Amino acid sequence: MLYLFVLLACVVVTLPLELVLGVRVYRRPRRLLLTLAPVFLVFVGWDALAIHAGQWSYHRLTGVHVGNVPLEELLFFLVIPTCAVLTLEAVRRTKPSWRVDNCGDDE
Amino acid sequence: MSYTAACVVGVAGALTLDLLVLRTRLVARRAFWTAYGICLLFQLIVNGVLTGHRLVTYAPDAISGARVIYAPVEDIAFGFSLVLQTLVWWVWWGRRARQARTNAGTATDARRAVPTRTR
Repeated sequence: MLYLFVLLACVVVTLPLELVLGVRVYRRPRRLLLTLAPVFLVFVGWDALAIHAGQWSYHRLTGVHVGNVPLEELLFFLVIPTCAVLTLEAVRRTKPSWRVDNCGDDE
Repeated sequence: MSYTAACVVGVAGALTLDLLVLRTRLVARRAFWTAYGICLLFQLIVNGVLTGHRLVTYAPDAISGARVIYAPVEDIAFGFSLVLQTLVWWVWWGRRARQARTNAGTATDARRAVPTRTR
């Protein structure tokens, strides 16, 4: 359960960025899902190959798997990228003069 | 392919996506590196917990053996690739949405402009 607790902590610790700082990441669910989807596919694929090749292994998890990938890993590749987006938007909110996109920025 | 080699591919792939494919050029942005620095700090903590408690273990022959806070140094490259790819897609989808709005606005302006021109 420790792995799930760590992931939960990541969600809880970054929640004020959305709720207090108002970064509007969870409030743009379509853009967030479109962002998570390709990253999820690439990294779950990498994970599955590495597990298959015996490069790393997991211990004391819930035991729930999809294929050979543990549930915790699937959640990891949703939670951590979301935290990364929240962090970038928090930096942008804090430093509005720092441009991010050379084709213009969000409001 | 060892984890070490896979990490080189992972970082190269993320850079290619950023610089050549979607052309977001985030690695040239202070905002990206600041966000990445914050992510790296938290990665070292989270990864340290997972590897320190041996929830994740690595085959010795798949890694270089160098470790940072219990985790293989390769995990830093893995994390960089994960964060960069994520933020590239996020910024790119935002650009697409803005361009769609701009095009819709231009189309509306054009329709409005027609009577003015024909008058």
